[in-house]
Amino acid sequence: MALLNLACSKKSCRNRSVPQNQFLRLTVALAGNPNTGKSTVFNALTGLSQHTGNWPGKTVQRAEGNFYHRNKHFTLVDLPGTYSLFANSVDEQVARDYICFARPDVTVVVTDATCLERNLNLVLQVMEITPKVVVCLNLMDEAERKKICVDVELLSSELGVPVVATAARSGRCLDKLMDAIDDVASGRIKTSPRLVAYDSEIEQLVQKIELKISPLVPEGLNPRWVALRLLDGDRSIIDSLQRYLREGKNSSFHWGEERALCIR
Amino acid sequence: MYQVSSHGSLNNALDEIYGSLPPEEKNALRDRIAGGIYSSAERIAGKVVSRKGKQINWDQKIDDVLTSRCLGIPVMLLLLGVVLWLTVTGANYPSQILASGLFRIEDILTGLFVQAGAPAWLHGLLVEGAYLSLAWVVSVMLPPMAIFFPLFTIMEDLGYLPRVAFNLDKFFRRAGAHGKQSLTMSMGFGCNAAGVISCRIIESPRERLIAVLTNSFIPCNGRFPTLIILSTLFMGGTVAASFRSAAASLVVVGLVLTGITVTLLVSRLLTKTLLRGEPSFFILELPPYRKPQVGRIIIRSVLDRTLFVLGRAVVVAVPAGALTWILANTFINDLSLLSHAAGFLDSFGRLLGMDGFILMAFILGLPANEIVLPILLMSYVSAGTMVEPESLAALHNILVVQNGWTWLTALSVMLFSLLHYPCGTTLLTIFKETRSLKWTLIALLMPLSVALLVTFTLTQAARLLGLA
Repeated sequence: MALLNLACSKKSCRNRSVPQNQFLRLTVALAGNPNTGKSTVFNALTGLSQHTGNWPGKTVQRAEGNFYHRNKHFTLVDLPGTYSLFANSVDEQVARDYICFARPDVTVVVTDATCLERNLNLVLQVMEITPKVVVCLNLMDEAERKKICVDVELLSSELGVPVVATAARSGRCLDKLMDAIDDVASGRIKTSPRLVAYDSEIEQLVQKIELKISPLVPEGLNPRWVALRLLDGDRSIIDSLQRYLREGKNSSFHWGEERALCIR
Repeated sequence: MYQVSSHGSLNNALDEIYGSLPPEEKNALRDRIAGGIYSSAERIAGKVVSRKGKQINWDQKIDDVLTSRCLGIPVMLLLLGVVLWLTVTGANYPSQILASGLFRIEDILTGLFVQAGAPAWLHGLLVEGAYLSLAWVVSVMLPPMAIFFPLFTIMEDLGYLPRVAFNLDKFFRRAGAHGKQSLTMSMGFGCNAAGVISCRIIESPRERLIAVLTNSFIPCNGRFPTLIILSTLFMGGTVAASFRSAAASLVVVGLVLTGITVTLLVSRLLTKTLLRGEPSFFILELPPYRKPQVGRIIIRSVLDRTLFVLGRAVVVAVPAGALTWILANTFINDLSLLSHAAGFLDSFGRLLGMDGFILMAFILGLPANEIVLPILLMSYVSAGTMVEPESLAALHNILVVQNGWTWLTALSVMLFSLLHYPCGTTLLTIFKETRSLKWTLIALLMPLSVALLVTFTLTQAARLLGLA
């Protein structure tokens, strides 16, 4: 943290210039529904500094890129576009496992402002796993054309995480997005996600299970979320947990093994 | 750092907790958890989103009808009926032209063989066997596919298919399968091989396998002609001539509904036995209705679907035709091999309401379902080559007068055709998609046992009740 503050106190340096402090390398995951302009955001932020490959052992494409903001080095990981994190498909499982086990410093959820309701499902699910979330309310230009208004302030206070309205196609407000990413990563903005309250019976069951499993669940993983997944009968989380524990929870856990390659 | 032992105990604890939940409740819990998230999303979106000005939402209005509780299914059946009717009626004429053209080529080929002084067996094998079966498959399959696939693609482009999936989702969910199976099932109407390929849209391997295994319960274009001819001959014959085609189409629609029912029942059975598991959620995005791009539709459906499926069918049909010719023209004790085999199968066939020749035709027709009826007629008249049923009267004569078919025989043949194993092309596709010999074998044997069970029960019941 001390290092981080040191870097922040330096004069902010513009995008592509290489920062002097190589230690500050932050990871940002980019999640979102399909067709929300997620790739446009990814390309706009990282420019030509990209690296593509596959997720280990999966035939799902993985893209990584870098950007520099406020004298810090951010690695942006593009997750597969999904509607939910219920792990119904390989895509959803890859996205969920990355957010859950690779623990990025910030997770950005790109949403479509023209059909916010559907997109919020994913936002709420991501917030159940990690509090470090920034919502990118994209396609604002299209929403304006369709005469749809979204109260960004209210949305932010309802969710308890920063919301940035953007139009990635024209690059509008992407600097604000980067500011928000940095603010959440550095802890300057403290997020307090408003979690979904389920009906009382489910809440009781969740509490009961949470009590049982919380001594067993590795730190950094949200026991409430694990309890919920057990309740909805998701066996794949057990497999993923096992694999995670077996392969060690160090930072080079294989989700991140390609990172070194990509930075060279 | 965590000790290695901790994941063992974690796993045990999770298993214990998971096992302590009653299975019925698990499904309900899943729905309620998803419901909790959705209602939160709805509440927040309702608060923060507002619309300036009023616009009539046509998509919403159309969807209110097409996906409504009471109208959704009838509208769907009606559309299916219209598409089928267009396909059947429209395919008739080009089919005849193609057939006459291709059979004229056969005459030319025969002439060439005679001129070249080729031995009779070579001519028989290549022309009467291989070429004729090729001609049959092309003339019977190509026109319906060329009409059905573009119609289907138009529905797709309009955005209707996601609504079908929406309507049928609850039935498939209740059967423990994936809602998208309704889409792959619809593809099966065109061709089961294409239907099997389309199962790729189902992400969960368990549910994809269910969709692959049950796809052949939907009559494909290759089987529709058989069903239509037989139902016109037997079921339509009982009513006045003017209603004949309507009655026949009703029988075909009834068979289609039977196929769908069996699909659901077998899917349910599979989720309880071989492919246990919970149905997975999927968020179905109902896309806006769009004006279809006719040019692109035609190109895409002809190149991607019609030619692709036809190519595979031809590859299988040619050797099958040659084999049939050999069987029908190899004689032992004055009887062809085909007749020997049919005699052997006869008593078994009688139990199912059919006879040995019919079963033999189904066995020889494994490569492609559309050659079942031609092979059957060929073995009935022992002409040595496949005959083209020139008119319904001639067919009636062969089946009823000479070989004693009753309505029960016709119904048994139609049901067997509907339910029996998928054709060779489809089996090949299933193998390519699953990369597993085991599942391909199950895809062959499971429908076969269903077909045997159904025809056996029907026949015995009808005989017991004195109906036939």
